[in-house]
Amino acid sequence: MTRILLIAEHDGTSVNPSTAKCVTCASEIPDAEIHVAVLAKDGASLAGEVAGLTSVDKVIQVDNPANSYPVAAILAPQIVAIADGYSHIFGPSTTFGKDLMPRVAALLGVNQISDIMSVLGSHSFRRPIYAGNAIVTVEAPAGLPVVATVRIASYASAAGGGSASIEAASVDADIPGHTRFIELRSGKSDRPDLQTAAKVVSGGRALGSAENFDLIYKLADALGAGVGASRAAVDAGYVPNEMQVGQTGKIIAPELYIAIGISGAIQHLTGIKDAGTIVAINKDGEAPIFEIADIGLVGDLFKIVPELEAAVGAASGRE
Amino acid sequence: MEKILVGLKRVVDYNVRVRVRSDGSGVETDGVKMSINPFDEIALEEALRIKERGEAGEVIVISIGSSDVRQQLRTGLAMGADRAILVETDAQTDPLTSARILLEIIKREDPGLVLLGKQAIDNDHNQTGQMLAALWGRPQATFASELVLDGDQATVTREVDIGLESIEIDLPAVVTTDLRLNEPRYVKLPDIMKAKKKPLDQIPLADLDIEASAALNETAFAPPEERQKGIIVDDVAGLVAALQDKGLL
Ligand SMILES: Cc1cc2nc3c(=O)[nH]c(=O)nc-3n(C[C@H](O)[C@H](O)[C@H](O)COP(=O)(O)OP(=O)(O)OC[C@H]3O[C@@H](n4cnc5c(N)ncnc54)[C@H](O)[C@@H]3O)c2cc1C
Repeated sequence: MTRILLIAEHDGTSVNPSTAKCVTCASEIPDAEIHVAVLAKDGASLAGEVAGLTSVDKVIQVDNPANSYPVAAILAPQIVAIADGYSHIFGPSTTFGKDLMPRVAALLGVNQISDIMSVLGSHSFRRPIYAGNAIVTVEAPAGLPVVATVRIASYASAAGGGSASIEAASVDADIPGHTRFIELRSGKSDRPDLQTAAKVVSGGRALGSAENFDLIYKLADALGAGVGASRAAVDAGYVPNEMQVGQTGKIIAPELYIAIGISGAIQHLTGIKDAGTIVAINKDGEAPIFEIADIGLVGDLFKIVPELEAAVGAASGRE
Repeated sequence: MEKILVGLKRVVDYNVRVRVRSDGSGVETDGVKMSINPFDEIALEEALRIKERGEAGEVIVISIGSSDVRQQLRTGLAMGADRAILVETDAQTDPLTSARILLEIIKREDPGLVLLGKQAIDNDHNQTGQMLAALWGRPQATFASELVLDGDQATVTREVDIGLESIEIDLPAVVTTDLRLNEPRYVKLPDIMKAKKKPLDQIPLADLDIEASAALNETAFAPPEERQKGIIVDDVAGLVAALQDKGLL
């Protein structure tokens, strides 16, 4: 019997969109019963949110004051305690899941399948390696739990309208005190979330300063887009780390991606390969970004971007 | 602390455009430039800085692989590591096996800190550090962009999806590095000469008595789907028209 346990990602108040994407991946496994574990301090409303996702059969609510913040060393033993009887244990390939799931896998004595991009069967999956330059088919051994992370850019969100049952579980696990959460610093932004935005505008090293990056923000706001950046722009301090797109930043799949002053290194391209339409604006017509762009415009961004912002404003009926 | 253990993996250099072999049997690695995994270089740099600040006595680099890996270990010694350990095997070890091997070495060396890269840029697994911490029953601080030691504790800033997270961990612990932790130093020629005299222990994997893991079976390799060749527009008006055409504006 195929029974899948998904680990929900949340911030204590709302469920991260990665969870609904994991549900879609899990629902591609034939004849699977899907359970979602919500480990939180007080998970009642989070569990309710997850129960509304279609294809979810049951939500397991594990409340514990120690679960106020997602600390892998604290969550992993609790997950292992409820893992019995599950053939698959999945989490998202976000920093939350990347941190947590290998710890779970090791405690269960299995290897992990990282970044599932497609499901071929209950024990057969495809995943990217070498920054997405190769796709490998991986078969997990039969008779052992399959622990995996799901590449969320490969999946649409599961729809709402479900009504799974919610079960409170009391978990008997040794919770270590050796790892203590201190604080989370995050640049609050009213812009669409980079990982789920339909449109994303990204800037690179060419912007030259944090002040100049305003050009990118303004264009993004005219488009209603999220904002991303290359590693070079993050390293130079123009923008914070959470905006990095690429192999070691965020892997995203917006309908529209506009790369401005970004050369198109493979490590960056791997983060945007699943975008619907890629637009590149770069003054160097030979830049590798043009090899994968659907629409390219060669020229100086400092001239083009303000013009584009005005044109977008006019096209969408705003000043 | 007395010792820091740093993992170094030999991988295809990050500048190489990797190709899948035409028969789908794997990725072409013949005649391709090999280097230390960039994240591991950052891990070693961090260890060296800790030692240079007087907060650690010895930096040990360890790798698992064939005798070819000695080349990367020598580079690590030239950067400043004190000695190297190679656990020798011609087989590619999976992350769980690598973690079990590292744990075995930890039992012998008793380091106060283990620094690993957050992922190797070949398999992009991002697992070994977390697995090692789990098997060892010790804290993990993954994706570190800042590491401050304070006696038998450390404060680590982690790069997470929504920003920067700080955690406090008891030592010993496993810390995995992100790109912005530091910028690794360049190796100077005299250091390469000096490194030749530093100890490099080779331990056959068979001598370690590692539990076999049920490995994942990699059955086929394929190149990624190519994107269709795009168009070049002349100006902003052309770009706006093309976007409207696709219903994106
Ligand atoms: C292990 C590893 C992991 C990495 N992970 C990532 C990752 O996740 N994400 C990532 O992005 N990178 C990553 N990198 C870095 C990557 O290799 C590149 O160095 C980086 O993406 C380059 O950023 P860039 O395109 O902004 O800068 P550059 O490569 O310097 O490109 C700047 C571009 O701007 C253009 N330009 C300059 N002035 C103008 C102007 N006035 N108008 C228009 N165009 C202009 C130039 O023609 C050039 O093409 C990684 C590297 C390593 C080694």
